[in-house]
Amino acid sequence: MSAPIVKLVAQRIALGILLLLAVSVLIFAGTQILPGDVAQAILGQSATPESLANLREQLGLNQPAYIRYFHWLGGVLTGDLGTAMSSGQDIATSIKERLWNTLFLAFWAAIVAIPLAVTLGLIAVRYRNGWVDKLISGVALASTSFPEFFIGYLLVFYFAVQHQWFPAISTVYEGMSFGERLQAIALPAAALTLVVLAHMMRMTRAAILNVMQSAYVETAELKGLSAFAVIRKHAFPNAIAPIINVVMLNLAYLVVGVVVVEVIFVYPGMGQYLVDHVTKRDVPVVQAVGLIFAAVYISLNIIADIAAIVANPRLRHPK
Amino acid sequence: MLDIRRIPIAALIGIVLTTLFVLAAVFAPWIAPHGNAEIVSDVPWEPMSSVHWLGTDNLGRDLLSRMIYGARITLFIAVLATALSFSLGAILGFSAAVFGGWFDTILSRLVDLLMSIPTLIMGLVVLSVLPSNLVTLILVMGILDSTRVYRLSRAVAVDINVMDYVEAAKLRGEGSGWIIFREILPNALSPLVSELGLRFIYAVLFLSTLSFLGLGVQPPDADWGGMVKENKDGIVFGIPAALIPAAAIAALAISVNLVADWVLNRTTSLKGGRG
Amino acid sequence: MADNKAKSGQAKSGRLLDIRNLRIEATVYPPGEPPRTITLVHDVSLTLEKGKVLGLIGESGAGKSTIGLSSMGYGRGGVRITGGEVILNGRDILKGGKEGLRKLRGREVCYVAQSAAAAFNPAHRLMDQVVEATLLHGTATRAEAEKRAVALFKKLSLPNPETIGERFPHQVSGGQLQRVMTAMALCSEPDLIVFDEPTTALDVTTQIDVLAAIKDAIRDTHVAALYITHDLAVVAQVSDEIVVLRHGRLVEWGGTRQIIKEPRQEYTNALVSVHEIEHQEQQPGTAPMLSVKNVTAAYGGGHVKVLKNVSVDIFPGQTLAVVGESGSGKSTLARAITGLLPPEQGSVVFDGRTLGNRLADRPKEDLRQLQMIYQMADVAMNPRQTVGTIIGRPLEFYFGMRGRERDKRVAELLDEIEMGKGFIDRYPAELSGGQKQRVCIARSLAAKPKLIICDEVTSALDPLVAHGILKLLLNLQQVEKVAYLFITHDLATVKSIADSIAVMYRGEVVRYGSKSKVLTPPFDAYTDLLLSSVPEMEIGWLEKAIAGRRMESAGN
Repeated sequence: MSAPIVKLVAQRIALGILLLLAVSVLIFAGTQILPGDVAQAILGQSATPESLANLREQLGLNQPAYIRYFHWLGGVLTGDLGTAMSSGQDIATSIKERLWNTLFLAFWAAIVAIPLAVTLGLIAVRYRNGWVDKLISGVALASTSFPEFFIGYLLVFYFAVQHQWFPAISTVYEGMSFGERLQAIALPAAALTLVVLAHMMRMTRAAILNVMQSAYVETAELKGLSAFAVIRKHAFPNAIAPIINVVMLNLAYLVVGVVVVEVIFVYPGMGQYLVDHVTKRDVPVVQAVGLIFAAVYISLNIIADIAAIVANPRLRHPK
Repeated sequence: MLDIRRIPIAALIGIVLTTLFVLAAVFAPWIAPHGNAEIVSDVPWEPMSSVHWLGTDNLGRDLLSRMIYGARITLFIAVLATALSFSLGAILGFSAAVFGGWFDTILSRLVDLLMSIPTLIMGLVVLSVLPSNLVTLILVMGILDSTRVYRLSRAVAVDINVMDYVEAAKLRGEGSGWIIFREILPNALSPLVSELGLRFIYAVLFLSTLSFLGLGVQPPDADWGGMVKENKDGIVFGIPAALIPAAAIAALAISVNLVADWVLNRTTSLKGGRG
Repeated sequence: MADNKAKSGQAKSGRLLDIRNLRIEATVYPPGEPPRTITLVHDVSLTLEKGKVLGLIGESGAGKSTIGLSSMGYGRGGVRITGGEVILNGRDILKGGKEGLRKLRGREVCYVAQSAAAAFNPAHRLMDQVVEATLLHGTATRAEAEKRAVALFKKLSLPNPETIGERFPHQVSGGQLQRVMTAMALCSEPDLIVFDEPTTALDVTTQIDVLAAIKDAIRDTHVAALYITHDLAVVAQVSDEIVVLRHGRLVEWGGTRQIIKEPRQEYTNALVSVHEIEHQEQQPGTAPMLSVKNVTAAYGGGHVKVLKNVSVDIFPGQTLAVVGESGSGKSTLARAITGLLPPEQGSVVFDGRTLGNRLADRPKEDLRQLQMIYQMADVAMNPRQTVGTIIGRPLEFYFGMRGRERDKRVAELLDEIEMGKGFIDRYPAELSGGQKQRVCIARSLAAKPKLIICDEVTSALDPLVAHGILKLLLNLQQVEKVAYLFITHDLATVKSIADSIAVMYRGEVVRYGSKSKVLTPPFDAYTDLLLSSVPEMEIGWLEKAIAGRRMESAGN
């Protein structure tokens, strides 16, 4: 590790933290300063003026926005996410298990999707412009046009209803064995995998093709290296950074897909929790969960950038 | 001249399907066999029959009619949201590229910030406090999506703005009007047109997702995403009613994709196209 | 093909490469049309003796690289060898299959690319790449190969030959990388090296060193070479024989002396005499039309000074040539004069009045008087406008011409640049390189300017086309009485058209005056280096130039 890299990475992380702060402001502002009145929104049009005033007091809406923001931010930084209005429960406690569930689901989706996407991408490059490549590209194009719930319900219809191999609803509870858990999440994980697979594969293909068309690959071929050696020694070291980048960006995309997939399979994770509370207009929960989603998304993007920085030989070995 | 025989088969399928969807949406009241909210059956989820081609939905309404009216709502909202995101994004993006300076810096940072939160998450956060109506929905969708159009049009315009022919026009003394509309715009058109298609697809998918989550179009009206939500409980009983609107969304998205792809290939290969 | 017969009489034992009736094709996919097959090389035959150097010369599209790579059985980007034989060391390599080709690539035949910077893998150290082919084919152990590489680095006069192999490609300059690539080709001790324009991307003063290093290395290792270039003067220095190619066909094949001294074909003759344009130097008038006075300019908010206190004058109807290598600041001078890069200090005086520093401060009339022509004609014209619009716009803009009056003038201008009326509705993409540059000239003439800034206007063109453009510019100067500021790196061009010359080096004018004065000794050190680096079409020029340079550095 040399100095410029450390500096660049540090800069990127600092920028990420700054971005996260700005995002917290944005999320807060989005729920507090927009024309809708939170209290009105919660109680509906028929609310009496007294109950409105009471709720405003209870929510601290009478204080200036920036004070409420810092109060909220201070809480978030110390692990206090506030209490849910609809249930009165502590948000941090409710989130803990759901976050774990969501990560468990996303992890298994990623474990399947990443190697599959990279392999398919490599195959597409190896047989580029052949029928395999065209088939893969065509299927990929089609599946990026599919809404997540279409994929999800197709899986349910076929595997859960017609064949009953997997449950249609992914219930998980404490004390479940690992195997049971895996069976419960099989369908949602498959749906998530399909959601990100096409995109990840297309981007991998593009990244590898870009490297394969460079002059140094031709040089390697003209040295008499076999096609496999050319890819292993010359293309791969240069393609790895873009591929990591692609993978990270798509994991970030997975964060979004998880919201819909959890609702489809009634899976007790963060996504379902968020959607439930948006419907209930439970602002503190929405803020907290929104911030966590944004934080994960931003972190994955930062990792993608850092991977690109670290893999760049020009930065690793400065003049 | 446009020669029908020279349109590739994939694009032709795309054009035909898209046209069908649009026709269904425009002439919905004349085509649909039953009214949108008209209950035609006592039992929910009647199977497909010669009377009800696609069967009935969870409340016993004719599914085909709901689909046709749903096309209307889906296309209407998606078109308006796309129009908003596109005009907002393209105008701001072009201006940022041509004027530069603080205008560009502030806008670009703001867009970076908005794009650092996934669109769906930001949409959910905002919709948790805003009233549920069509105007809100279109505004939220349009504004959130305009960030992507802004990025693209700014990047394209910046690329063109440093070309020698633009410099030649500046050296001649041309004003910003000529430079934006006569030098940059004609050359930016093909990436923008294909982006228009992609943005429209994204708007359809985004709207469907929001409605599916119960945060988009509110009952008794329903777009296709909302219809999936209405009928999803039937799935576990083996009733495919929810799959029909979902498939329609996919079909619409694919056909627009095919058309956009073809337009992009065609316009870039026009005389003197870029690249 | 009398030459061909004479060659086949020679002893078979000495023959390394024998290409017979080579035909190379490629499939092109024109938009909106069915794909079609085009022939890049039409039945070309040539032979190369062991240890000899054969130069392949031609303009772009002549098929010289394609033929060069065929000696390794390689077709770049979908190019296919569809006919003929490539006999190397007594066997037809096209019949050896993929395995046979892999065994010969990097062992019997090696390749040196035009851009070494792109041809080296950025992720590996130079030494690993230099010895890779040797180790792959098992002709030496790693230690032996590395020893050999270091010896080659020394022979190619690379700095720090012992340690340069530990560096990464981006840590080494372009001229050095080109030499490392030559070492890489020589390291596996092949019978043949294909040099594909190895010095074209380099500055002239760097080119001569690399050229000399390559020539020495070829002589000492007795390797044979195919030397591909578009520059006849360069190829004359290194080749024993020269093959002239055009549109994928062999035009002439002969000894180097015969080709450059007694060309038999008209096309070869045109290539040889391309630099000869008669131009009578004009004496500077009394009052300059444009004076650049003590201009200093910088990029990046004053951090990178690219022009330091530059002063030059241009007289009405005359040509000032600004010469320098890349990074000398010559293009920045044009940007400062036009107002695109406002100078930090100094001023530009035009027709007795000081021009506004910034483009926005200049009235339309000043803008009209100063026109510009660019190096890359294809990006200097809006691809979505027709030739008529491109040339007609200045007429509308400056003179308010409309309709038929404008069209008439456009037609006149097209006549002036020796293009017919038929071009008025064409788009730039439908024109050849030379035609594009002519349209750009017409566009600048349409403004009836007093001065045209020509920024490397011929350097992207093939020599014969460039020659035509230069002649046109000289003729137009006679007719229109327009002055030129001619920016170039090519001294031959300068000699052809300049009245006065400014030599620039690292942002400063190091020599300035009338052409005869600037080109007459005694020279300052840089001008001397520059002048002595320009290849001359003469056998033995390289040795003389290098010897002259050694003597000088010994004298210092």
